[in-house]
Amino acid sequence: MSIFSLAITVLVGVLFFVAFFHFSNFLLDYFRVRASKKFALENSIRVIIFIAPAFIVLFVFILYPVFETIRLSFYDKIGENFVGLYNYSWAIKDPDFKRSIINNLGWLIVVPTMSTFFGLVIANLADRVWWGSIAKSIIFMPMAISFVGAGVIWKFMYDYRGPGDQQIGLLNAIAVALGFEPQAWLTIPIWNNLFLMAIMIWIQTGLALVIFSAALRSIPNETLDAARIDGASELKIFWSIIVPYLEQTILVIWTIITILVLKVFDIIYAMTNGQWQTEVLANLMYDWMFRGGGDSGRGSVLAFCILIGVTPILAWNLYRHKQDQKV
Amino acid sequence: MKKITYTSVLSQLLLLFFVVAWIVPTFGLFISSLRDKDVLAISGWWTSFTNTEINEIYRTEGKDAQIKEGNYYFIKSNLFDGGQEKEIFRFGVTSKNIDEYKVGETALFKDQTEITVFENGDYVWKSKEEFKKKKGKRIFVSAKSPPSFTLDNYKEVLLKEGLGQAFLNTLAVALPATLIPLIICSYFAYALTWMKFYGRDILLATIIASLVVPLQMCLIPVLTIYNDFGALFGVSAKSFPGIWMAHTGFGLASTTFLLWNFLKTLPSEMIEAARVDGATHYDTFIKIVVPLSIPSFASIFILQFLWVWNDLLVGLVFLDKHPSEIILTAKLKELLGSRGENWEILTTGAFVSMTVPLFIFFSLQRYFIRGLVAGSIKG
Repeated sequence: MSIFSLAITVLVGVLFFVAFFHFSNFLLDYFRVRASKKFALENSIRVIIFIAPAFIVLFVFILYPVFETIRLSFYDKIGENFVGLYNYSWAIKDPDFKRSIINNLGWLIVVPTMSTFFGLVIANLADRVWWGSIAKSIIFMPMAISFVGAGVIWKFMYDYRGPGDQQIGLLNAIAVALGFEPQAWLTIPIWNNLFLMAIMIWIQTGLALVIFSAALRSIPNETLDAARIDGASELKIFWSIIVPYLEQTILVIWTIITILVLKVFDIIYAMTNGQWQTEVLANLMYDWMFRGGGDSGRGSVLAFCILIGVTPILAWNLYRHKQDQKV
Repeated sequence: MKKITYTSVLSQLLLLFFVVAWIVPTFGLFISSLRDKDVLAISGWWTSFTNTEINEIYRTEGKDAQIKEGNYYFIKSNLFDGGQEKEIFRFGVTSKNIDEYKVGETALFKDQTEITVFENGDYVWKSKEEFKKKKGKRIFVSAKSPPSFTLDNYKEVLLKEGLGQAFLNTLAVALPATLIPLIICSYFAYALTWMKFYGRDILLATIIASLVVPLQMCLIPVLTIYNDFGALFGVSAKSFPGIWMAHTGFGLASTTFLLWNFLKTLPSEMIEAARVDGATHYDTFIKIVVPLSIPSFASIFILQFLWVWNDLLVGLVFLDKHPSEIILTAKLKELLGSRGENWEILTTGAFVSMTVPLFIFFSLQRYFIRGLVAGSIKG
């Protein structure tokens, strides 16, 4: 499509929603003024106008699909015949599934830990040097880049040429300069997962960094100064004052990155597409959505596994929300 | 002035290490996208700042260029087509010994003709007898090439590889897919904050639960709905409006939650005063709440826009791979498969896809960070 027709489509799409709210409220006001008695239904209708579009979208795209996916996990590949637990027993026996669970667990342990740790350390370092905000900007920048873009960046870093050729991937160039053999990093089973995780850590450290930076400012200076006067080393202050003080924040960042990691798809899809034992649940799920015309039963089981992974966080969020509402 | 201490030097060095480690991958990609594709394929990007040594083969001109001076026939010309800033330091006349002579020395061909090659590519080829061959002879040169950068890759990628169209497509997906949720969620969040109705608390809890529901849980049923809808009305199941609504749905919970978080910090007296004066909820929303919410709208706009711009999965499922619909990330993934060894295409393509996010990042970083922090403190 040309720029012109794209622009028109975009404009019409957006204006449709603006117009909906404008005219429905306009109509309501019109009838309110006309009605001789107090217009009792006004408030209820207004609530419906305000809520309906969002609620319909929420229902069609989130609420209904969640229950439908759970239902489909008990049905066959076209979603028509009930097969009981067949899809689940298939998953348990499937080697790719086992591989995915192990890899996902690895991702869950390594990525949130490392991102949080790096974020916390860098936030502390950046707080005490004059060029700290520039440093923070640079480390935060990967947050703006797509996973696929980051994939290309790192695939280039990991590029492999035979031992005789000049290496154009930085990692192999360093390896060769240090006297090692160049490696095709992404094809070494088990270890290649770490090289993929590095990309996610590279991206998510920025998130941890900015949130920690904001939280660090809430630590009273007197506390830190008192510790310094008492002769505590910076390392001691870090572990005994800062880390305990930021406990809540650490937990929050941990959960955000955990949710993200459970859904990780783009990086693996772009870099290895699950080859060389790098399969994860989200990638396997996408695969089954389309493999052999698509198997909605197996795909649903895999999606459901991801949901089970986030359930503790979901429950915890709801619990905290309830606590907040009471206050 | 602070004293320079051992600890402060150490922390500066450590921070510098992190900064360098974080910037180098992106920087390498950017530099590579500006390099000539032939050089890019054989040398690391870090070599591009110094002179590179290259071995090349050129051919002299043939008999048509000869002139006669005294008893000798000469062909005087330049090996380069002109305009190249290379500096020759050795040359040779046989493939067995390609760097036999220093520049300025005179080499002897088998047929007893002599050639002298100079630094800038000029050569003088001298013969006692008239040159007979139409084709010249091969000259092997070792030359130093100064750092050179070019925008050719960008031209190639945008025009020939179809990334220009993909860029427009992504824009056509991302703008409505950001504005539509912002519009409908701001009304929704207003209702959740300031209107009283039955089921409000349950609705709010549903939003909070939906925040963490993985996208994967929704893909299969939504795709089925789209396919049925498409079959029923005889339209394509994959379309721009379709993906706008999908993104609206998947971003609805977080957009609503962020807005709700902001709206409840507004002073309730102000809203109530307006209501007592007879303003409808619609007037209150448009005239009081929206103007006050502009900064938070900006933060949410940026978050959602970047999320949509950078998304791959939703684009793969709900849009066709046809050039008129494909988005940048999907195109880039396609190139990773089909042009996996053409690093000039990949690096440039990746950088093109990053331009808009990076522009937003550097110009609106404050709002971006504010949105992230607001979303996380309570999320």
